[in-house]
Amino acid sequence: MEIVLLAANPFIEQLSIFVLAIFVGYYVVWSVTPALHTPLMSVTNAISSVIIVGALIAAGPEGATLSKILGIIAIGLAAVNIFGGFAVTHRMLSMYKKKK
Amino acid sequence: MPEMSEFQVNATAAAYLVSAILFIMALRGLSSPESSRQGNMFGILGMIIAVAATVLSPDIVSYQWIIGAIIVGGGIGFMISQRISMTAMPQLVAAFHSLVGMAAVLVASGAFLNPGAFGIADVAGDIFTASKIEMSLGSAIGAITFSGSVIAFLKLQGLMSGAPIVFKGQHPLNALIGIAIFALIGLFAYDQQTAYLGLNAFWWLTAIAFLIGFLLIIPIGGADMPVVISMVNSYSGWAAAGIGFTLQNNALIVTGALVGSSGAILSYIMCKGMNRSFFNVILGGFGGEAAGPAAGEGEAKPVRRGSADDAAFILKNAGKVIIVPGYGMAVAQAQHALREMADILKSHGVTVLYAVHPVAGRMPGHMNVLLAEANVPYDEVFELDDINNEFATADVAFVIGANDVTNPAAKTDPESPIYGMPVLDVEKAKSVLFVKRSLAAGYAGVANELFFRDNTMMLFGDAKKMTEGINKALN
Repeated sequence: MEIVLLAANPFIEQLSIFVLAIFVGYYVVWSVTPALHTPLMSVTNAISSVIIVGALIAAGPEGATLSKILGIIAIGLAAVNIFGGFAVTHRMLSMYKKKK
Repeated sequence: MPEMSEFQVNATAAAYLVSAILFIMALRGLSSPESSRQGNMFGILGMIIAVAATVLSPDIVSYQWIIGAIIVGGGIGFMISQRISMTAMPQLVAAFHSLVGMAAVLVASGAFLNPGAFGIADVAGDIFTASKIEMSLGSAIGAITFSGSVIAFLKLQGLMSGAPIVFKGQHPLNALIGIAIFALIGLFAYDQQTAYLGLNAFWWLTAIAFLIGFLLIIPIGGADMPVVISMVNSYSGWAAAGIGFTLQNNALIVTGALVGSSGAILSYIMCKGMNRSFFNVILGGFGGEAAGPAAGEGEAKPVRRGSADDAAFILKNAGKVIIVPGYGMAVAQAQHALREMADILKSHGVTVLYAVHPVAGRMPGHMNVLLAEANVPYDEVFELDDINNEFATADVAFVIGANDVTNPAAKTDPESPIYGMPVLDVEKAKSVLFVKRSLAAGYAGVANELFFRDNTMMLFGDAKKMTEGINKALN
């Protein structure tokens, strides 16, 4: 008898990861101290710019297609966010000091 | 197109997993200020790994423009991050969110135009149905994030009036556009070539998503911006996740989910801080009506006015002072003068604490950042629940630029629009000092009866000038 391995649709696998990550996010974010909610926003903003990987794929191929141009613009926008977001978060976090 | 070896495919996927874990640890670090700086480093590392893993793929062959865009964008971002004042943080975050939204739209558009490069089409160039739905959602949410954030930015920066813009038929119009977006996604998923007036359904749905982002935020008043910023924060995450599904990229899916839930939780905390439902905020119009009738009759009542010298005298003779900062402190940039005042008081043996309401300021945690900027140690700054019992034992509650968050009507007057909102019990302190520009009602349009009480002293003027005046008198 032939053994047939059935794999789940990749979408279902990704959906599983997505749903589990929402749960992880839920618990991690509730443990963030309210005093750091502003840095939380700026750092989530910086990490959501990991969307740059999509922009890199669009900008990667040779030639000068519209898709590539859009990709390059998206890289620029995401880069503003990545560098700006992490740097401003660092700037804020370095200000939080304990009583001497 | 060069094919990736099985090893490369697996190594890339593993790299994305590592960067997703590092992003989770970046957020985890924020559970305390001590671990937060390390957390930020984890975030940076995660980003480097994700970008490196992508760039090393053999599909990416043209580097010049990529490097150019990163240098230009990164340079601009870094410069802004160093120059921005901490008071302007809400605007900056809104502006940054708009960029994530726009990037999502551009990536989705790139995937639509060249699906082959993204590996989401068959040999005939037909995009897979699931991918069509995912890219449409990514593009639509990205567009809403973009235009919503732009409006939030304009309102926060004062380039646009913070007053809610409401018109007849607003909500039905929004509902109609929302339905149209979903209908277009369905039609586009059914047939990729669907077009109206010569324009593909994908472009139509993106265009009207930009429109609804704009329409959704204009009716929301300036003081509700903490919710709006948190909301667009959440949207930017969902947009990233949508793109992650399109690219079948787990790092993006995980990050999108993290950011999406983070923004959603912050929105919830902000709504709770105002005792309003999320829908009540979204539907907008709050704070639009000019000061209510209660505020009008209030003007006639006598108030006890004080000068900087009077305030200095009361503060110097106090044993314990609790400072309650609000948006007025941010506008006047009074945080440095305030910290100086606290230092002087401490040198006189006065205990000084700070009480921060969850919705004080224009974004979550806004007051905490400003106080940290002025070198106020974070262990002197307390959240509402942790300090509310302390007011009863305090000699002075020093309210600077805050109003509604101290209004006892929230506890006593069921008719009040802010009834049920958690407030700081400043009235329990022996004396209450209010630094305020005028007797005007707060954003909720509600008069604050505290202004007229016997143990209240009103210090009229700019928060910074008044505090500096008090410092002078103390010295």
